[in-house]
Amino acid sequence: MQKTDVIVVGGGLVGMSIAYGLALLGRQVSVLDEGDDAIRAARGNFGLLWVQGKGYRMSPYAQWTRESVALWPRFAAALQGDTGIDLHLRQQGGFQLCLSDAEMAEESHRLSWLREAFAGDYPFELLDNAQLRARLPGIGPDVVGGCFSPMDGHVNPLKLLRSLYAACQSRGVRLINGHHVDAIEAGATGFELRAGAQRWSARQVVLAAGLGNRALGARVGLDVPVQPNRGQILVTERLEPFLQYPTTYVRQTDEGTLQLGDSHESAGFDDGTGSQVMAAIARRAVQCFPRLGQVRLVRAWGALRVMSADGFPIYETPQGCPGLAVVSCHSGVTLAAAHALRLAPWIAGEFDDPAVKPFGLERFNLQAEVRHVG
Amino acid sequence: MSADSLFRALPPGDHTVQIEFDGTPLTVPAEVSLAAALLGCGIRHTRESAINGRPGAPYCMMGVCFECLVEVDGQANAQACLVPVRAGMRVRRQRGVACLALCEEGGDE
Repeated sequence: MQKTDVIVVGGGLVGMSIAYGLALLGRQVSVLDEGDDAIRAARGNFGLLWVQGKGYRMSPYAQWTRESVALWPRFAAALQGDTGIDLHLRQQGGFQLCLSDAEMAEESHRLSWLREAFAGDYPFELLDNAQLRARLPGIGPDVVGGCFSPMDGHVNPLKLLRSLYAACQSRGVRLINGHHVDAIEAGATGFELRAGAQRWSARQVVLAAGLGNRALGARVGLDVPVQPNRGQILVTERLEPFLQYPTTYVRQTDEGTLQLGDSHESAGFDDGTGSQVMAAIARRAVQCFPRLGQVRLVRAWGALRVMSADGFPIYETPQGCPGLAVVSCHSGVTLAAAHALRLAPWIAGEFDDPAVKPFGLERFNLQAEVRHVG
Repeated sequence: MSADSLFRALPPGDHTVQIEFDGTPLTVPAEVSLAAALLGCGIRHTRESAINGRPGAPYCMMGVCFECLVEVDGQANAQACLVPVRAGMRVRRQRGVACLALCEEGGDE
């Protein structure tokens, strides 16, 4: 039996950010991760630090997201200090591009609601095609307009994951790969986890296994309502830097490639690609920037977002199971800083963070009751 | 480390074609890939990395590694291992990233 203070189940961006935060607090941490056949959102994401529009009708999520991007410079500096890896963090703002009047009206409505929720302190600009063109050279005539927010940014998500691994290792986090946890038992002094014949014990357990949290939660009597939502991403040849800002559909990476994306599909656990969706992504990118029509694509992939029933994160420390924490969300990049520097101290019991409270599992029960009443 | 010893040239066929690499005329076997043709001519520096400028040359020869990028008849970032040689082909080293017309002109219209 191998013992440690905390076991984090899941070595993706969420699990590794929390493991890093716990290591910064001096905790002895082990991360249990699956093998190469795991479903991995952290290897497939787009790299946005996105704020605008998030938390519509759920302002605590907007607030939490904003706090995370405010912590990001400190988080990135800590990682760079530990590893020397430059994450290419850029927080100069970002553009949501709108291809129809309806889309523009919807975005404008959401952003106005949020601005009101923040009593005016929610910076964004609505731009028409001509105003956009002045800011983003190469915008096509089909783009009706767009929304710019200085709160948004982007980062290289693969370098982020790599630096989290390196930083955790440099701070003594034990990374144990190739295990699928199939049993969790709560005892008087902590937990015992099993994967096949292997056993580990810890005082605390953090479930951060993405879509795997549903099955892991069920083992400790919790209903964790997460399901897969597939996004596909196309990647182009390397090009001279031309797009200074990230947009929701097109982003140029620090190494010159463009990522094209933002598709949403229900495809179960199939993380493959399909020509129809890839064609739609490419068509939309060319509408946004017509000269991309001449650019070569070099690869494409699908990845599964971890979507909760209401789309917002789940942060739960169930009263009936002291020492257990459940963390699920689909914005592992944007929220990485908050997960390391706010959520990890909360999980470690360093302080009671009221910002975390709205994200408990009980909200899903409340919604069910409301539906019955209605 | 020299890669020379890894190459075993097939018996030369009857057919050859003329291509050009960075202005130098080359006579190469017809019906081989451009990457094989360049390597066969002893060329060991066919591109410069877009990230750090390091020289590179064809490596995997099967379309995966993107080390063999060259400019073919003005078209940047062609994978030389996937392109058959053609008489009169004008090939240049791929130096760094490709330039989109967008950045050359600084805007549209």
